[in-house]
Amino acid sequence: MTSGTATQLTMHMDALRTSGRKALVAYITAGHPDRARSAELLKGLEAAGVDCVELGVPFSDPLADGPVIQRSSQIALEQGMNFDGALQMVRDAALTIPVVLFSYLNPVMNAGPDALQRAADAGVSGILITDLPVGADPEREAWLGASPLAYVRLVAPTTPASRMAEIGRNGSGFVYLISRLGVTGAQDSLAGDLPETIERLRSVTTLPICVGFGISTADQAALVGEMADGVVVGSAIVKLAETSVDAALALVRALRAGLDTCED
Amino acid sequence: MATMQEVAAIPSDRFGPFGGRYVPETLIPALDELTAAYEAIKTDAAFQAELNGLLQSFVGRETPLGFAPRLSERVGAPVWLKREDLCHTGAHKINNALAQVLLAIRMGKRRIIAETGAGQHGVATATVCAKFGLECVVYMGEEDMHRQSLNVFRMQLLGARVVPVTGGTRTLKDATSEAIRDWVTNVERSHYIIGSVVGPAPYPRMVRDFHACIGHESREQMLRIAGRLPKTVVACVGGGSNAMGIFHAFVPDADVQLVGVEAAGEGVLTGRHSATLSSGTPGVLHGSLSLLLQDENGQVHPAHSISAGLDYPGVGPEHAFMKTTGRAEYVAVTDDSALRGVALLSRLEGIIPALETAHGVAWICDNAGRWATDEPVLLCVSGRGDKDVGTMMQHPIMEIE
Ligand SMILES: Cc1ncc(COP(=O)(O)O)c(C=O)c1O
Repeated sequence: MTSGTATQLTMHMDALRTSGRKALVAYITAGHPDRARSAELLKGLEAAGVDCVELGVPFSDPLADGPVIQRSSQIALEQGMNFDGALQMVRDAALTIPVVLFSYLNPVMNAGPDALQRAADAGVSGILITDLPVGADPEREAWLGASPLAYVRLVAPTTPASRMAEIGRNGSGFVYLISRLGVTGAQDSLAGDLPETIERLRSVTTLPICVGFGISTADQAALVGEMADGVVVGSAIVKLAETSVDAALALVRALRAGLDTCED
Repeated sequence: MATMQEVAAIPSDRFGPFGGRYVPETLIPALDELTAAYEAIKTDAAFQAELNGLLQSFVGRETPLGFAPRLSERVGAPVWLKREDLCHTGAHKINNALAQVLLAIRMGKRRIIAETGAGQHGVATATVCAKFGLECVVYMGEEDMHRQSLNVFRMQLLGARVVPVTGGTRTLKDATSEAIRDWVTNVERSHYIIGSVVGPAPYPRMVRDFHACIGHESREQMLRIAGRLPKTVVACVGGGSNAMGIFHAFVPDADVQLVGVEAAGEGVLTGRHSATLSSGTPGVLHGSLSLLLQDENGQVHPAHSISAGLDYPGVGPEHAFMKTTGRAEYVAVTDDSALRGVALLSRLEGIIPALETAHGVAWICDNAGRWATDEPVLLCVSGRGDKDVGTMMQHPIMEIE
């Protein structure tokens, strides 16, 4: 993929939905556990069956993240990872699947007014900012909305239906549904009200819905895949990547297999 | 249905460009709920009566305004002290903790989350939770737990659970992040009592309003006792709550100078300081856009101060705004000067101040000559120094000449 655009992510996600394949979205932190292994992991994700990568641009104060991603962010920062370092990784990996940057507003804002164009030029398709909810900052949201990147927005279990509709209108690519109250990190069980939350969201948006936060096993992925268009797995992959890229990729393959059992 | 006037009366979530609500989506409904509850109690006579009654009988308001004769002699101008150190639990922090606990009870939330740096906000919150039988969880950086071990014990004695925070710099910044993570996880039954005029809207305005009694009382006391308004109002600034509390009533008095004193740590040029207003740049941390100590990549730069309560790389958005408009002036004082400030107020006035407050004392003394002999200076004595005695003991007792 040479130049990323919103349309690329949108077309890719729509094509998956049409074909009945559930999207496997994998989060990894750029530069963790070090640059070489992070690059190896990024390249490996595609062959392991991932449909879209969320590449974390680390922030010093990740208040939406649990212990695993806090630690991976700190390690990546200690090794000098930054916004343009993440873009370089995307350029070098030359994946055919879309890459969405996942970060917080401060590091993205500080990367300069042309940061989003630079990201698109590097082959990034979309961006997601965890601490910029709909309506929080019209000026910066307009900046993100007008960029060549798809603007992936988050919906939480606490989001009322009227707000869900607004989020649907303001986002593109797909909607990221947070599966439960809390921060990122593996959980033993899924939130009981997840099916209803997905239904509520479906009734107000036509965007594909990917569910994340807390999903760590193939069984959970399969369960969620029955209800949603895709799943996002982060902490479980990052935790394994701390010690072994191979182990992380083995989990990704298992998640793929789990998702492929879903009937559409 | 709200009328147009009522809609217009709901304050904006910004101060100029600063402020806002930069938080995970999960918290937005809770912030909406809090905003509505806060707007409702503003005009609720029963709530205000209960709050004012407790401010009097439990906190000990109004706090005295006292003349500081020996300090005045040294400075060459009359110095007046607003004695927030005489509040129950030893600092201004309880004004806000009490009001927010009452608000939480109104909202049906019986689990309280707080972060703390110096431990004063944690102690104040634990105290009020004990009084009302609420569950209380306080996040505190591991480094601060060592510096302020006395306050850790006080919180435990009061029945609070103190959770050590081991991530990042192990100070107030990381404790605040961890408190927000807890809130995201337990938002439906918990209220987060933030300890300063920071965080997402409505916190900066709400916390300011809950501390505005400091300035309202001071203004009335100055007129009544000193016979005039102060020339300059001085307060230390960590997140900025005692400063906003005392400044707010004086903002319309254009002739009254407002001076916020930050921690210069080992010196602003050394990079080891907490002087956010003096040397920060616009950035987003803990839910609001304000000034921030950060590097060129937008990563938050660790702060440093001898005083745990000032050791924070961010600052309340209203202070950032008042700096931009020039309504307030912000200065910075080093760790060493603060220790001298402790000695000065202790030896000259018989008041051992908190290390935070001591920054204000030192700045006033360092600026002797700035005021004419009839121009009063009003200092907010935000807290007493008992909690800092351990830190002070690591330095020789300073003699004052
Ligand atoms: C006595 C005292 N003064 C000042 C502060 C700083 O906070 P703020 O700037 O919000 O008043 C603290 C914080 O812990 C404190 O304990």
